[in-house]
Amino acid sequence: MAKRIGMEVSIAAAEAVALADVDVIAAYPITPQTHIVEHLSELVANGHLDAEFIPVESEHSAMSCCVGSAAAGARTFTSTSSQGYALMSEICYIAAGLRLPIVMLTANRALSAPISIWNDHADMMMSRDTGWIQTVAENGQEVIDLVFHAFRVAEDQRVLLPVIVNLDGFILSHMIEPMILLDKEEVDRYLPPYRPKLRLDPKEPITMGPVGMPEVYTESKVAHDEALKASRAVITEAWKEFGDLFGRYYHPVETYKTEDAETILITMGSISETAMTAVDAMRADGRSVGLARIRLWRPFPTEELIAAVKGARTLAVMDRALTLNGVCGPVCAELKSALYDRDLHPYLQNYIVGLGGRDVTVQNFMEMSDGVVEAAERGAPMGYEIINVRE
Amino acid sequence: MVEIRFHGRGGQGAVTSAELTALAAIEEGKFAQAFPSFGPERRGAPVMAFVRVSEQQIRTREKIYEPNIVVVLDPSLLEIVNVEAGLREGGLVVLNTSKSAEELRRETGLKARLAIVDATKIALETMRLPITNTTMLGALLKASGIMPIDALRSPIQNRFGPIAEKNLAACLRAFDETNVEG
Repeated sequence: MAKRIGMEVSIAAAEAVALADVDVIAAYPITPQTHIVEHLSELVANGHLDAEFIPVESEHSAMSCCVGSAAAGARTFTSTSSQGYALMSEICYIAAGLRLPIVMLTANRALSAPISIWNDHADMMMSRDTGWIQTVAENGQEVIDLVFHAFRVAEDQRVLLPVIVNLDGFILSHMIEPMILLDKEEVDRYLPPYRPKLRLDPKEPITMGPVGMPEVYTESKVAHDEALKASRAVITEAWKEFGDLFGRYYHPVETYKTEDAETILITMGSISETAMTAVDAMRADGRSVGLARIRLWRPFPTEELIAAVKGARTLAVMDRALTLNGVCGPVCAELKSALYDRDLHPYLQNYIVGLGGRDVTVQNFMEMSDGVVEAAERGAPMGYEIINVRE
Repeated sequence: MVEIRFHGRGGQGAVTSAELTALAAIEEGKFAQAFPSFGPERRGAPVMAFVRVSEQQIRTREKIYEPNIVVVLDPSLLEIVNVEAGLREGGLVVLNTSKSAEELRRETGLKARLAIVDATKIALETMRLPITNTTMLGALLKASGIMPIDALRSPIQNRFGPIAEKNLAACLRAFDETNVEG
């Protein structure tokens, strides 16, 4: 039976990885790392988890180990953050290009300089185009549920792509809160053993990762792009089955009080819960506001997001990362492109929030919601604004 | 919802206090969050830790700016930290001190309702260590009534193993000895 636990989210995430019966964990155990791999190393060391824990000399080596391990057919996991993620990013592209079903938890944190260990989505956006499937958690419960989902989707023969579960560094990774953790029998019912059809085996040699001459490089990228597109159906199917089994249903885009909303806020990650509280307060005050939360970052849920927001007159899109001197932040850019393709023209403002650990409050959401309505009335040019900047 | 801020010095266990409070509340079937003031840990430096306890699911991730209760693990902090900052109207300050409430008010200008206990003395006598985190939890539960003192039993046992009994004894003694202003 699943049990209700109180636990630091990082520790619970490690417990979930252990329940998924992972074979190999390769990680670099120093800042910016979290308790996720620390706890996994304890579980392996004390005999609770029968797996190889490989303490490597850098994050670059961590992902390199994962590539080797997954290519040999082992269920493989790692975890990282910010600068470490940057260092491993070279190999992240390779892991996805080789179609290796590695699962990684990323505690999202800002990138230097200045040095910061605090949360934002700069690292998630840096590796946006690595070709991994990327989901985003709002709370501890989602982190552990998305871990099981990640292995299930990654290893599905129709997918065979690595999956990142993003969780906000500190704000989620270091939070103690209640969660419901499945037991081993329940996890086994949801997640079958990994039986790779193709793997590196000296008895049946194959080649992985050869040179892609100009004659085949484009085609291999098309194949990767098609695979990511095709993963959508498996991602939602696996969420549906998770919900049918355990009662918690997940969707690529979650809506909250959007049905009749004139203004819709769009968020991703842990700020979504704070935004829900702001929506409740504004609704109680008679303001017509709703919220759309993006749970699936790659493949981007274009149709679901358009369906969620198309009835609104004004949109406030929150980005927790800055695209310095671009048109707008990365989440907003996706939405704007999608709206253009469909000839939809709601009034839209992009707010850059919560950089490098800056708090995002209920009051901030109410101000952004009122701000976009006011800007629309005044006909202000649509752009991006970084909020909470000290003068 | 009750929001609590713990003040301590790095190494005194303020973060542990916050964690144990949340774990006890969760075990009681409540909802809770515990989180440190995120940053590099430095032994001896003033640190804060935070807890929310609620009967309903907690749907906010903002920091705690206006706590209902403040717990001060180290009396020397009163000279350098405004522990009443943001404290809500009618809020409570739970203090480790060997002084009386009147003396404290005269010396520090504290205005809030106080709950006081000589936690350092209790910790030294019970555990032979001047670490007041579990002791101050006894004071917190006496002063706030947010849950029964027994709720701390299993979180303390799980956390402290062989030294759990001494921590529990200090916690229970502080519960008995805490003076709460009316």
